[in-house]
Amino acid sequence: MDYTLTFEQYQQGLSRGKFLGLRCEKCGTVTFPSQGVCRDCGGKDLEVTEIKGEGTIRTFTVVRVAPEGMKSPYVVAMVELDEGAWTMGNLVDRNPDEADMSLIGRKVKLGSQVVKSDFTSEEDLRVLTFTLL
Amino acid sequence: MHAVCEFLLVHFHLIDTTKAGTNTRELIFVRNPVIRLQIFLKRKESNMREVAVLGVGMTKFGISEKSNLEMFAEAGLEAITKSNLEPKDMEALFFGNCLGDFEEGQLHMAPFAHAELGLPLSAPATRFEAACATATVAIRHAALLVGAGVYDVVLAGGTERAAKMGTPLATRTFAMACQAQYESMSGLTFPAVFAMAAHMYASKYEIPLQELKRHMAEVSVKNHRHGSMNPKAHFQKEIAVETVLGGMMVADPLQLFDCCPFSDGASAVVVADAAKARDRVKKPVYVAGMGQASAGPLYVQKDLSRVAAREEASRQAYKEAGLGPDDIDVVELHDCFTIAEILAIESLGLFEFGKGYDAATKGETTFKGKVVVNPSGGLKAKGHPIGATGAGQVTEIVEQLRGECGQRQVEGARVGYVDTLGGDFGTVCNIILRS
Repeated sequence: MDYTLTFEQYQQGLSRGKFLGLRCEKCGTVTFPSQGVCRDCGGKDLEVTEIKGEGTIRTFTVVRVAPEGMKSPYVVAMVELDEGAWTMGNLVDRNPDEADMSLIGRKVKLGSQVVKSDFTSEEDLRVLTFTLL
Repeated sequence: MHAVCEFLLVHFHLIDTTKAGTNTRELIFVRNPVIRLQIFLKRKESNMREVAVLGVGMTKFGISEKSNLEMFAEAGLEAITKSNLEPKDMEALFFGNCLGDFEEGQLHMAPFAHAELGLPLSAPATRFEAACATATVAIRHAALLVGAGVYDVVLAGGTERAAKMGTPLATRTFAMACQAQYESMSGLTFPAVFAMAAHMYASKYEIPLQELKRHMAEVSVKNHRHGSMNPKAHFQKEIAVETVLGGMMVADPLQLFDCCPFSDGASAVVVADAAKARDRVKKPVYVAGMGQASAGPLYVQKDLSRVAAREEASRQAYKEAGLGPDDIDVVELHDCFTIAEILAIESLGLFEFGKGYDAATKGETTFKGKVVVNPSGGLKAKGHPIGATGAGQVTEIVEQLRGECGQRQVEGARVGYVDTLGGDFGTVCNIILRS
């Protein structure tokens, strides 16, 4: 079976400003990011869909000790999209030192930014960013 | 109903005690005769043999000059010797290691560990990797295959030389246990995962963050106190709440002393058919129940204040053992971060959801408390050589159930619980042991 939406296609979508996920033909659930089957019902009949790109911060942290190759501090957050799926990314418009519990529940808009690849990839990759609405 | 079951059990006992390999002692443990009968019938029906842990072995956890293989050889030989067996008696090696490639440029370590120990050619050596739950998963699979009658005696455990990598590379390679395409590229680290869980916990149960942090610090203080009584612990020094709250911030709200260290170390145990165990060791320890469950990446799990894989793994383990949280005397659980211990005691049913955060502060998880959690010092103080951690936890519980833990002995411990979490809540493996 062909994989419906690959990471490569998702990356191409991000570079065009589109957030690509999957919609299940059977139950209508939006799966984002992509995976082999519908995250809700396990359905295999999936079509590529574009998500709106807005959601709500459910939790966050400020990373002060970064992995090799990254510069701290930066904010990582988990966002519940309006479509119901959850996703991980970087909150980019808040000074890390001012990130506090009041962020939880705030509405955000999705974007993406390029991160330098390390030894695991030859090409730079895009990761999701969040900006407060 | 109870009387009928009791009557039937007595009769089954009379019948079954004449058969080799059937141990009826385990049934005495479960207080409810209806459940006892159910377990007894299930075991008969499934045809699984009873499994025991014989000898256990562990290097000191901490910073080591020895290679992964050298450390594993020490732990493995200790476990085999304490089993009153020889390396040639091992029928298989279930070997855990996570990051040998980054630590030493060494992949495919299992057959080399096999050679270090002089195991026979006929004993296959297989590597297991389940991030921090690696060795527990290896031991569970050893117990499953011994129970199924495939092997009689298996050596299982793991080794890791995490401290050798240094903090930046160790932080990066540990983060490889997060989903690589969609999560870890945002700079996610393991402290960050648990930091997000802590923020979510505070938000969900409406606990002011500073109050939660103070109770989290008490977990660290408690585990350091326990570790001060363990000569094999990475850290053997008591600390104060102020030490934790004054530490460097790693990932808000987790400070340095909320986090376990990167450690070197190895541990191994001999898993065997219980019928043969009684001739080998004075105090065999029996596998009462096991469970393992898998959840996906964090974006699938969503609510990080609950560990879904642990709730399922513990459900399986309690069910197989016919025991519940109230029956547990001592627990070694996955306190890679202070908040992780709070999540674990709740998911294991030892404390109610949203109520476990002040258990350490109230003294409920230390000696003479409700249940002793991490008497070894836990991952926090004993250390966390990820590929070896689970075997270290099994070692502690086995020694507790044998009454061999000296200063940190839990008085009269008869049932012990091993809980190991792998990755960002993706794997949880639980083993209930009894004397």
